[in-house]
Amino acid sequence: MNENQPDLKVRIGPLELKNPVLTASGTFGYGREFSGLFDLNLLGGIVVKGLSLKPMAGNPPPRIVETPCGMLNAIGLANIGLDLFLEEKLPWLKTLDTTVIVNIYGHSIDEYGALAAGLKGLDGIAAIEVNISCPNVEQGGMAFGTNPSVSAQVTETVVKNSDKPVIVKLSPNVTDVRAIALAVEKAGAHAVSLINTLTGMAIDIDSRKPKLANIFGGLSGPAIRPVAVYMVYQVVRSVKIPVIGGGGIMDYRDALEFLIAGARAVQIGTANFVNPEAGVEIINDLKEFCIEKGIEKIEDIIGTLCFTRD
Amino acid sequence: MTEQKTEIIFNSQVASGTFLMGMRSPEIIAEAAPGQFVMIRVSPGLDPILRRPFSICGIQRDDIFLVLYRVIGKGTLALSRVTQGETLSVLGPLGRGFNLPEKGRKAILVSGGIGIAPLIFLAQKMHDMDILFLSGYRSKKEIVPVGWAGLSGIKTFISTDDGTIGHKGPITDLLETDISGSSHEIPFVFSCGPLPMLKRVAETTLEHQIPCQVSVETHMACGLGACQGCAVRTSSQVNRTYFHVCQDGPVFDSRSLDWKNL
Ligand SMILES: Cc1cc2nc3c(=O)[nH]c(=O)nc-3n(C[C@H](O)[C@H](O)[C@H](O)COP(=O)(O)OP(=O)(O)OC[C@H]3O[C@@H](n4cnc5c(N)ncnc54)[C@H](O)[C@@H]3O)c2cc1C
Ligand SMILES: Cc1cc2nc3c(=O)[nH]c(=O)nc-3n(C[C@H](O)[C@H](O)[C@H](O)COP(=O)(O)O)c2cc1C
Ligand code: FES
Repeated sequence: MNENQPDLKVRIGPLELKNPVLTASGTFGYGREFSGLFDLNLLGGIVVKGLSLKPMAGNPPPRIVETPCGMLNAIGLANIGLDLFLEEKLPWLKTLDTTVIVNIYGHSIDEYGALAAGLKGLDGIAAIEVNISCPNVEQGGMAFGTNPSVSAQVTETVVKNSDKPVIVKLSPNVTDVRAIALAVEKAGAHAVSLINTLTGMAIDIDSRKPKLANIFGGLSGPAIRPVAVYMVYQVVRSVKIPVIGGGGIMDYRDALEFLIAGARAVQIGTANFVNPEAGVEIINDLKEFCIEKGIEKIEDIIGTLCFTRD
Repeated sequence: MTEQKTEIIFNSQVASGTFLMGMRSPEIIAEAAPGQFVMIRVSPGLDPILRRPFSICGIQRDDIFLVLYRVIGKGTLALSRVTQGETLSVLGPLGRGFNLPEKGRKAILVSGGIGIAPLIFLAQKMHDMDILFLSGYRSKKEIVPVGWAGLSGIKTFISTDDGTIGHKGPITDLLETDISGSSHEIPFVFSCGPLPMLKRVAETTLEHQIPCQVSVETHMACGLGACQGCAVRTSSQVNRTYFHVCQDGPVFDSRSLDWKNL
């Protein structure tokens, strides 16, 4: 390996990424929206917008509101549904030379299973990321991901119906994220990613109305980063499967916090809105950082958190 | 469409709380059409964090595009403090602009307040047509001077809510008068402004079966069609529930929107 070119490759269980930087689901569309701005093949991977079995129109507007160093969103998982995805989006995604991960969510455990089955055997999809932060219609709307045994059931169903590595995306809106992580690991998940958005709310004091039509939404952006770093740190210490970290990453220094805490890759979300080239800039800056510090492989940084205080 | 550091050529107050900013970008100008917009990162910090959308309000020389904006919150306040020679990241041009009518047709441009911004650029591009420009303001001190825009020869009428200048009352009064006065010629109407005004324009033009294009505003995160944050309700004419303003708009045929639930 060339002295000046550090090795940025990382392994996530069965998956190999050319570098540890992924774009987060829902913040990068289907990739193509950003293709006029930079070469997407430079990315470690793309996680596409959350996919459901049937098309979803999404929530009424307003769907987004800016908050201090972050934003709340209540998009309502608007997406084109499995059939149109396979017909209109996948052929283009297949032409890319980067890892494509499909994020899925269901309204019932069966729907998760049907989605996994619908993606089975297809080229161009490297892995499935399972969003368990959505309301479980059969169980009174409680999010699947807030209950360890329901999280495990979803995981088991997806793993059973899929021929691809399964990453379960954990919700931070729980008492102990480690319990959920352990449950999905036991149920066969190949990796976990975290964190999804934190539930929040904002009120217009003049009209006294919630700023989002949906009343509450998911908080993302740098405001949530310390919460995310801590949860990644906790989960890394409790499971054996690889962990993908994210939440509020704006630049390479933020990304390094997650890698040092033990994440094997990172997801860039809200930063894509602020700076559409955030992903590639972070990759370049990580490379620079490695050169400057004489680090040959980015994997050498992962999980190197140091506890001594002197 | 590009994302680039863009130099501020000028940024000066032109009316009460209203600024006109010139930014140098031959790349954006090469593609820009009336009704399109840019997303500006108003400060390099994390608060405010999201870019702000602004219509392209015109072009000067062959390298400067203009943004006309009103200070309403922390983002526009930060923008008003940026000075000549500084650079800001600009993403654009974005969205779908106005469909220009064929030459020789009459066009009525109806603006409310800062909604005049995209219509100035539109008027510049329709220079050789028969244009009636109706602009409404709350008060005289908010009137945007447009001498720089080279619109001389265009018939212009103004209204103010408080009657400090021009017609006292909503600008839609003048639209209604004009439409009912000219029975033989069917004009094209182009409009941008606050929602109640746009709604009235949409109703009036629908009633008289006049084609009408409106530019609408929603909160936006990405401006690229990626976040789905910018939804507006469609009317029953359209076979989907929502449009995404940054991609399907910001300019729409007024009949394609659901004005009751926008
Ligand atoms: C396509 C489009 C074109 C526009 N063109 C112009 C223009 O030419 N001149 C001009 O003065 N304004 C224009 N606006 C409105 C402008 O984007 C807002 O006034 C601005 O974002 C307010 O930011 P703020 O931080 O000052 O206000 P705040 O109220 O503090 O903003 C808080 C959040 O709400 C959003 N927001 C608040 N009001 C609006 C609004 N009316 N539309 C969209 N987002 C809003 C902000 O972007 C921000 O995310 C346009 C909006 C859109 C969607
Ligand atoms: C507008 C928006 C839409 C999102 N949509 C999804 C989604 O469809 N599926 C999902 O698993 N996560 C979704 N997320 C969560 C992000 O993927 C990410 O986990 C979260 O925003 C935290 O990272 P960030 O702070 O870097 O944005 C969405 C986030 C935002 C802001
Ligand atoms: S602003 Fe993101 S999709 Fe329109």
